[in-house]
Amino acid sequence: MSSIENKTASSWLNSDRRRLIVQEYGIFLAFLLLVGILSVSNQFFLTPGNISNVLLQTSINGVLAIGMTFVILTRGIDLSVGSVVALAGMVSASFVTSSATAGIAGAPYPMVVALAVGILVGVGCGALVGFIVSRFSVPAFVATLGMLSAARGATLIYGGGKPVPALSPEFRWIGTGNILGIPMPVILLAVVFLVSWWVLTRTRFGRYIYAVGGNPHAAKTSGLNVTRIRFMVYVISGALSGLAGMILSARTGSALPQAGIAYELDAIAAVVIGGTSLSGGVGRVTGTLIGALIIGVMNNGLDLMGIQSYYQQVLKGALIVGAVMLDQKRNQGV
Amino acid sequence: MQPLLKVEGLKKSFGGVAALRDGRFELAGGSVHALCGGNGAGKSTFLSILMGIHKRDGGTILHRGKPVEFNSPAEALHSGIAIIEQELSPVPHMTVAENIYLGREPSTRFGGIDFKTMNRNAQALLDRLEFNISAKEYMMNLSVAQMQLVEIAKALSHEADVIFMDEPTSAIGEKEAQHLFSAIERLKAEGKGIVYVSHRLSEIFQIADSYTVFRDGGFVGAGKLADIDRPGLIRMIVGRELGEEYIKTNTPTETAGLEVSGLFAPGKIEDISFTARKGEIFGIYGLMGSGRTEIFNCLFGMDRPSSGEIRLDGQVVSIRQPSDAMAEGIAFVTEDRKVTGLNLTDSVRNNICLASLPEMSPAFVMRRSEEQAASADMIARFAIKAARDTMPVSGLSGGNQQKVVLGKWFLRQPRVLLLDEPTRGVDVGAKREIYRIICDFAASGGTVVMISSEIDEILGMSDRILVMRQGRSAGIHDRQETDAQSLVHLST
Repeated sequence: MSSIENKTASSWLNSDRRRLIVQEYGIFLAFLLLVGILSVSNQFFLTPGNISNVLLQTSINGVLAIGMTFVILTRGIDLSVGSVVALAGMVSASFVTSSATAGIAGAPYPMVVALAVGILVGVGCGALVGFIVSRFSVPAFVATLGMLSAARGATLIYGGGKPVPALSPEFRWIGTGNILGIPMPVILLAVVFLVSWWVLTRTRFGRYIYAVGGNPHAAKTSGLNVTRIRFMVYVISGALSGLAGMILSARTGSALPQAGIAYELDAIAAVVIGGTSLSGGVGRVTGTLIGALIIGVMNNGLDLMGIQSYYQQVLKGALIVGAVMLDQKRNQGV
Repeated sequence: MQPLLKVEGLKKSFGGVAALRDGRFELAGGSVHALCGGNGAGKSTFLSILMGIHKRDGGTILHRGKPVEFNSPAEALHSGIAIIEQELSPVPHMTVAENIYLGREPSTRFGGIDFKTMNRNAQALLDRLEFNISAKEYMMNLSVAQMQLVEIAKALSHEADVIFMDEPTSAIGEKEAQHLFSAIERLKAEGKGIVYVSHRLSEIFQIADSYTVFRDGGFVGAGKLADIDRPGLIRMIVGRELGEEYIKTNTPTETAGLEVSGLFAPGKIEDISFTARKGEIFGIYGLMGSGRTEIFNCLFGMDRPSSGEIRLDGQVVSIRQPSDAMAEGIAFVTEDRKVTGLNLTDSVRNNICLASLPEMSPAFVMRRSEEQAASADMIARFAIKAARDTMPVSGLSGGNQQKVVLGKWFLRQPRVLLLDEPTRGVDVGAKREIYRIICDFAASGGTVVMISSEIDEILGMSDRILVMRQGRSAGIHDRQETDAQSLVHLST
């Protein structure tokens, strides 16, 4: 009797199928588990105010991590995102400041101008890195390490080492405003996520990215323009870094030269926790979003429990390494 | 006299498939022994068991009359059996002496490396062998041939008396090869036993004293080279008459499909011209490194020829990159499906569609239903055995993976099919299906150019055969007018 039941159960959920489910949704289950534990242990955690707060804190890292996903899917890495955040944030801020000393001639300009400028700065940095990586075969680690330093320097030069204060209220709305009670940065993250998800799963370009990361030789023999695809992912990462930089400036109300330091590490962490393989070709932007949320929820939860931020960093480190260890174990089965 | 090395009844299977059924071998001291056999004959398995890379399933190995079993190449080397591999792996930024004594560096009183003694010993060894190489030279400054000599010196520094050489001349020039042969002569004079593995029969007849032939994982015969002639040895290597394996259904037409004239690529190919007709299977035979694949690379835009003309259906075409070739209706099934053919981490469906993405998404967005239909079509047409088409292609057998590569290119409905070793690492059943697919394509008016180093396959499938030797054409031959012996003869 019981053996029959076991049999039906196992054919409904055979080991192959079960492995697939863990593989596809494992990260999501882990996220739900974390949320469950925190909501039981702290009554304040699941209140609308705190949820909004977590999402707001995740939005900048989320945007950066999504750009990073494009790059890592092609076997690359982008270490420059934190510096590009600062540069784009500062240059765009100089267009919308009402401070006479920090702005450029004619400031404040309308928000749209600043937005375009910020994105362009990001695209420019990304294009330069992409050109160096794809044309000269310089390892992405090295090229973006160079940009990490150069963009930080450019930020300090541009602002004379000082912050750009007093941004126009219209511009600050990107960081502090809301639509129907949903904070603007969260809306921007949602838009970036949906567009990226669509590009990676539904378009030809998305397919190219997976093919180049999975096997660049096979991609080339299949007639793909590998150089251009490699170039494009850095442009995308740069553009999203520019966007993240403006959100940050708009939230704080002034652009700081030391903004975004070490942001690249959190972005890479979110991608890795989300199950994207550093050796390319495997991963999803959904995983990255959940990876970013896990980092955000964990930081928030530990704050609520009154655990010092020093311990939070140790736990985050353990989480990153643990996630990849599980990933490796999971992949050995395939 | 006791043989230096005696092997009997060596057996090995991989996943139920016998790679070696009955490996027999006997090596006398002070002699050069040629180990011959075609692809898949079991030579590499034999070598890897002797060197301790694989464990044997059965059989005995006697070294100087004593049974031995090794767990690693290091153990084999320690007991006096060394191998000079086809692909050398020196440490480039270290000197010759450091490479020879790697892991066994003489130490000074204080525990540091005694460079003086090491360099002196290495130089003495090199001088004794008359190798004319400085012990203090960096490895990266040496030629491939010189690196081989250093490997030999290293083997002798371990006091090896049995030295295997696996295709040692595949990457070096004629003059350097003669230099290597004189080094082999000196080793022989010192009483060492050398096992020489090569496809190049002329070399075997030049330097070897005796031979052993393997075929299909089994021992075929052995003897003195003085007692056999070249056609006789080829007959032993090639073996059985061509059987029912190849059923040709295509008939070449008189219309030219692909015309190549005067193709040059410096250092790779020289003056290659041929015309493959519609409905024809045009074979290219040659040894590894003879310039076979380089022809295809030029035709498909992976490499730029310095001169030459390519015509399709009589029209001159200009091909600068793979997408140009694809637009002209050329498809290229590459030599190594894992390296250049497939994205192993991706699904069967996505791999089948990989070369047709622009056609499948005229407006940037992928058309899912079209992809699904295309992959279902190819899976049915080629009988690809996959649980579902969304599973990773890495989970398929070699034969099915190869059919996925074929499906990827057939989806583009090509006019010209370039096949580079289309059945490498594919089992017999799948091989037949692939032959059927190729024949059907030619029979329906397509042009096929096929590279193969399997002589049975090239003779069984091709209507005409171009033989490549050292980057040049050694003539085009009709299948009726040639045979295995003359093909091997022409290619070496």
